[in-house]
Amino acid sequence: MTYDVIATFSQVTSLLMFVAMFLGVLVYALWPSNGQRFEVVQRQALDLDKSELRIRGRK
Amino acid sequence: MTAKREALTAFSDVFTVFSMVLMAAIGFVIMIGAKDPAFAFHGFLFLAGGIAGGIFVLSHSFGKGDWHGSADEYLDGPSKVATLMAVFWGIAGFLVGLVLALQLAFPMLNFDLPWISFGRLRPLHTSAVIFAFGGNVLLATSFYVVQRTCHTRIAGRWAPWFVVLAFQLFIAIAGTGYLLGITQGKEYAEPEWYADLFLTVIWVVYLLVFLGTLIKRKEPHIYVANWFYLAFIVTVAMLHLVNNAPIPVSFLAPKSYIVYSGVQDAMTQWWYGHNAVGFFLTAGFLGIMYYFVPKRAERPVYSYRLSIVHFWTLIFLYIWAGPHHLHYTALPDWAQTLGMTFSIMLWMPSWGGMINGLMTLSGAWDKLRTDPVIRLLVVSVAFYGMSTFEGPVMSIKAVNSLSHYTDWTIGHVHSGALGWVAMVSFGAIYCLVPWLWGRRGLYSMRLVEWHFWLSTLGILLYITAMWVSGITQGLMWRAYDKLGFLQYSFIETVEAMKPYYMIRAVGGLLFLLGALIMAYNIWRTVRGDESADIAEQPKIAAAPGLRLSPAE
Repeated sequence: MTYDVIATFSQVTSLLMFVAMFLGVLVYALWPSNGQRFEVVQRQALDLDKSELRIRGRK
Repeated sequence: MTAKREALTAFSDVFTVFSMVLMAAIGFVIMIGAKDPAFAFHGFLFLAGGIAGGIFVLSHSFGKGDWHGSADEYLDGPSKVATLMAVFWGIAGFLVGLVLALQLAFPMLNFDLPWISFGRLRPLHTSAVIFAFGGNVLLATSFYVVQRTCHTRIAGRWAPWFVVLAFQLFIAIAGTGYLLGITQGKEYAEPEWYADLFLTVIWVVYLLVFLGTLIKRKEPHIYVANWFYLAFIVTVAMLHLVNNAPIPVSFLAPKSYIVYSGVQDAMTQWWYGHNAVGFFLTAGFLGIMYYFVPKRAERPVYSYRLSIVHFWTLIFLYIWAGPHHLHYTALPDWAQTLGMTFSIMLWMPSWGGMINGLMTLSGAWDKLRTDPVIRLLVVSVAFYGMSTFEGPVMSIKAVNSLSHYTDWTIGHVHSGALGWVAMVSFGAIYCLVPWLWGRRGLYSMRLVEWHFWLSTLGILLYITAMWVSGITQGLMWRAYDKLGFLQYSFIETVEAMKPYYMIRAVGGLLFLLGALIMAYNIWRTVRGDESADIAEQPKIAAAPGLRLSPAE
């Protein structure tokens, strides 16, 4: 196995891997049922609907 | 307190005291053994830091639970310290920047003193603004944000304190080292091996604190700002370790030699250098944007979906862009082209993030007029969009052949550093101070207005002067006469720069004045002075417990 073969193999594999990862991110972000969930969780995380006073569940 | 918990806190106290003793001992050995007086001075700083830290831990441990607060409270002390230190180092860094700008316009201002010559002050300026000012803003906001968005107290008893306080000691050691002539000569990675090792310890503890807080979160979802902070912490750790792989001449000497040589060293250095921009000055501050813009505007992020795509694309692409710093050098051509291509691809995530930040204001654009803090945050995002447009343009080889080594690069860096990083930091600091110190608002909104306009004007003077100066410089360098000789000698190009250097210094002065106004405003807010314009401040300016309107 020559250097060129190994180089080509690793380059093509990593290219495909990156494309697959990007598609995975897109699928996760754009999955229809996730849209509603994201809106709920970000409001919760940011405490947009109430004034934060203490750590949740304590007060 | 359960028995297990008591045992854990006792262990934490003992372990921290032991670490401080170890640090003091190492400092003592360096102080006694080093021949170089500057290195011995750094040994003394380690010794003093270890003793002070040890006494502090001892006097706040072993049953003195009150000082630490209870497990159901947020821990904000480290954020408070980091916020105030950010203001302090910011002013120091801007001041040194102004001195450097004046030295370039009037070289006699270095007074022929080695300690304040341009070559020593310049790393002091860059490190003070990037790592000391920017770093403290990142520490303050990341500790604040991760607790609020995870709805849990920060992990660790002494660890968050260690991260913030030891970071200040690291800055003092790095900064005084530059003035005394200790440097490993790598841009943005100037600290020598012993300071690098110390920073490694601090950074590992920082990562553990951040991860520990994420692990014990009460909120199932990890909010996007935390993803950006985590990417910043992890990547900076990796960059720091790989780029700072030196072999010290002796353990009692500050000098070391890097293990890489030639073009490999250059490539490693700029892989580090550009990702310091990408992850320290971008990812971390995007974490700030994704918390403070929606929080201050009191509306959710424009598109949370976009924020997820923004995050993953940004971190995948940034890491490859470094070679664009080495166009037309001994670096293989394919690597240069790779760096250029990835820099151009970075347009997409950068602008996706910018649009997401700006559009969070949609339906509330009037806040730009009424709230100068929102205006600082939004204008910073606009500068982010502008400088991330300019950067890819400059990475194109044909453009780079004109722009490289000229003042255009300096202008570009400052439109990002002053316009984006510093402005978003100012916005976050103005939010944080009343929230952290439990005030109803800032001491004066009018002073924030002054700060905003002085900084904006200062930045505009700075970057326009550097554009003109840089392009003039680049064109003069490449001008040939009809016989094929260079048309200008180097000194003629230097002479042509003088008016722009003076305009740049004026811009820097305005920026510094703005920061001084901020320091005054924050000092009065922390002191608890009630402001005259409290009625004009939005409800969100107040600390969480003080936001209730009369009707509620």
